[in-house]
Amino acid sequence: MNNQPSTKWETVIGLEIHTQLKTKSKLFAATNTAYGASPNSQVSFLEAAIPGTLPVFNEKVLRYAIRFGLAVGAKVIAKESTFDRKNYFYPDSPKGYQITQLNHPIVEHGILVIKDDKGNDKTIRINRAHIEEDAGKSVHDKYAEYSGIDLNRCGTPLIEIVSEPDMSSAKEAVAYMKEIHTIVTHLGICDGNLQEGSFRCDANVSIRPVGQTELGTRTELKNINSFRFVEKAINLEVKRQIKLIESGGNVIQETRLYDADKNETRSMRSKEEANDYRYFPDPDLLPVVIDQAYIDNEKQYIPEFPVEKIARYTQELALKSDDANIIANDKPLSDYFDSLILLLKKAKATTAANMLLGEFSALLKSKEASVQDNNITIEQFSGLLESLAENKISHKIAKVVLEKMWGTNYSATSVIEKEGLAQVSDSGELESIVKEIINNNQSQFTAYKKGDMKMFNFFVGQVMKQTKGRANPAQVKSILEKS
Amino acid sequence: MNLHGIKQISAALHSKDISVQELHDIYTNRHAIHAEQLNCFINTTPELAKKQIKSSQALIDSNQANILTGIPIVHKDLFCTKDIKTTCASHMLENFVAPYDATIVENLNQAGMVTLAKANMDEFAMGSSNENSYFGAVKNPWDHNRVPGGSSGGSAALVAAGLSPIATGSDTGGSIRQPAALCGVTGIKPTYGRASRYGMVAFASSLDQAGVFARSAEDCTLILSQMCGFDPKDSTSAQVDNENFAINQNQSIKGLKVGVISEWMDLLPENIKLTTQQAINKLKDLGAELVEIELPTAHLAVSAYYVIASAECSSNLSRFDGIRYGQQCSNPKDLNDLYVRSRTEGFGEEVKRRIMVGTWALSAGFYDAYYRKAQKIRRLISEDFKNAFKNVDCIASPVSPEIAFEFNAKKDPVSMYQADVFTIPSSLAGLPCMSMPIGLVDNLPVGLQLIGKNLSESTILNVAHQYQQDTNFHNLVAEGYHE
Repeated sequence: MNNQPSTKWETVIGLEIHTQLKTKSKLFAATNTAYGASPNSQVSFLEAAIPGTLPVFNEKVLRYAIRFGLAVGAKVIAKESTFDRKNYFYPDSPKGYQITQLNHPIVEHGILVIKDDKGNDKTIRINRAHIEEDAGKSVHDKYAEYSGIDLNRCGTPLIEIVSEPDMSSAKEAVAYMKEIHTIVTHLGICDGNLQEGSFRCDANVSIRPVGQTELGTRTELKNINSFRFVEKAINLEVKRQIKLIESGGNVIQETRLYDADKNETRSMRSKEEANDYRYFPDPDLLPVVIDQAYIDNEKQYIPEFPVEKIARYTQELALKSDDANIIANDKPLSDYFDSLILLLKKAKATTAANMLLGEFSALLKSKEASVQDNNITIEQFSGLLESLAENKISHKIAKVVLEKMWGTNYSATSVIEKEGLAQVSDSGELESIVKEIINNNQSQFTAYKKGDMKMFNFFVGQVMKQTKGRANPAQVKSILEKS
Repeated sequence: MNLHGIKQISAALHSKDISVQELHDIYTNRHAIHAEQLNCFINTTPELAKKQIKSSQALIDSNQANILTGIPIVHKDLFCTKDIKTTCASHMLENFVAPYDATIVENLNQAGMVTLAKANMDEFAMGSSNENSYFGAVKNPWDHNRVPGGSSGGSAALVAAGLSPIATGSDTGGSIRQPAALCGVTGIKPTYGRASRYGMVAFASSLDQAGVFARSAEDCTLILSQMCGFDPKDSTSAQVDNENFAINQNQSIKGLKVGVISEWMDLLPENIKLTTQQAINKLKDLGAELVEIELPTAHLAVSAYYVIASAECSSNLSRFDGIRYGQQCSNPKDLNDLYVRSRTEGFGEEVKRRIMVGTWALSAGFYDAYYRKAQKIRRLISEDFKNAFKNVDCIASPVSPEIAFEFNAKKDPVSMYQADVFTIPSSLAGLPCMSMPIGLVDNLPVGLQLIGKNLSESTILNVAHQYQQDTNFHNLVAEGYHE
């Protein structure tokens, strides 16, 4: 299937990402937020909208939202933010309104850099990130005559991250969404679990003739819960809009639902049917007033992000760009790598990266272990890298040592000693070994002397075989060359 | 037995001249005679009283009692009382049993007070005559053909009739002061935020404030000191230390500057004006200095109030949807039908009217013209008071432009709203204010309103106390209700 939009048309996409915050308790009540509890077991009087109950703001949410703002370089982290009520009737929102931030959100005007379709940097503007409460869940397929309501999710804190319509392809939208995902998970403010709905996306999609500045009529695609579906849904919708306009129709402003099973988008409600939410400031909650010191205090919780890490790895540590990318985007791996390189003396960070991504990753795979639960300490690993740097062992042997250290307390040096794995660098010993091999393979030696370089590799191989890989390859080479 | 005032009753309890049970029986005997006729109770609470009589007597017997221990009280039926029906005088909540105690109820229970009943009121505290109760109107003890005022009409009437020394009430735009005036009792609404709103079923969150009715300012002072205090469960609760409001009591008001608003006085019928003027002159006799003040924006208060209060109520009452509790229509066709019919059946006319007005005021396209403008007026009125209080310590004004009127006298809702013309300005400004009896006109009580600066309850309570030390109007009892 060709997903490339027609060249006459330009796609404009903006995303609204609902990020569930990883707080222990809800936005306005001390109710547990853990996912997967039995229905309605995590509901306080507030979430059930019992008369007389009042919301009390969970300060942790404020701090998490500020961290997000700092991470995206927001121009505005509001010293005074306010809560508004969005009024609508639905059983999974028992109060009859959602508490959100319309007029004075906590975060405004951030930016995010993604790679566009050509691999160039592209800046996506973030319009705002505001705090709001999640709704409960309606269950329509469980009972024949009734709908079920589970209020466990009701009141769970969210930040809704709203981008400007700065993305021009489904791929860019996915890149943006992934970047936001990386940020919120690296910040530790969201578990990032798309299946459980901790990270959900609505996409506003419109098209316009290439070169036109005015925006086309947009449709909103609701509730897309995987990176793959975002790409699919947007491409489907772009195609639908192009087909519609090219056949003389008009796009109407409406909310559409992406059906992953049928791979189609279909209309949920048009603008005319849309609710008038009658927003107004929530009189139960005071404005949230903070000072600069409060904001500054959150800076200590902002980790180094992959983009910054990649720059550091490539510029300061001379890692290959690909390697830097892989390590930087894997939080546990980069944590391990960063601690590891602090211990290195003679060994180079590039060697560390090579081994991490090569032998170490292979070993983890074979042991079905992850970086977090791996059995090799950074002390053991750095010892190994030092032995390698000091030419005590070859790269090949290093792999063996690594395997032998797995699950033990042995240091690299002790494994090398115990197992007799030290590299043979004694030139006398090596010379006699080489001599013996030449004697046993005279015809090959003649060929080598005549310039057959295949034979050179043959002799190196024989020496390695004889020494069980412990021979210093450089030395073997120079002895052979002199022979 | 002279049951005048908490101090006397408490002394009798402490000296064992009377037991808590005997005291309780005196009141329940009076209930048997008067309660049904006045229709001032929605439910009585004999089982709760039984428990509280026992525990309060135990406190007295073990010398652990305070001055409120064993004193009977009635709560307006919008304060949640655990395991007891809390109806808000609405068909919607006719059978709603609150699962918890409101903070103010808890505070008063803690002192060992004995709950006699839940008081009748206008449905969801919306009304100025008590004719909006689903359980029928309360009668004014002074004339059974006349209204007691509203919305806390049950509370005012029952204190006036001697069916309890104390009753709680709530005041959004005058709902304590106006019925206190019309029934000839003392009633105070403290500063917005002084008494917790947690557990008080919300009408208009930015205005609702709990308060108290008693015969005297002295009794109001004792109750208020126990009832108020910062409550972490209410985000709009004032973060000030608990105060003993008796701190200024018994101080002479000599030299105290009392503001008088001629413009308001001129709106009164001659006989009420005369009585009011006499009361103000009495304050002068007691040493107060009268200062003419102006509140230039106050004439806009009623309009602004009915926009703001209705807007908030339209949202606050959304939770009454017939799903989790409350009135549910039979055989709903679908969700929308369930909402529409449950709410149509559950709410009375005035409540529906205000929901409609509030919904309109918040609607897209009307918000700026109504809600935003009303908020602006509210700010200007607060400024008016701020300016006035540069020159005065408190303000003395009429409470109601008329004495208790007959049932069905006001068929036009707007003329009913005008009943609150003198009480609404200080509500919008969140100021402490009270009404005290100052005499009779046509054998019906007239009240004087005292408005204090922010958090200066003790000042106005002392002014009232000084007045009541020198006069006997607060002890006047309607014919047929003498003890």
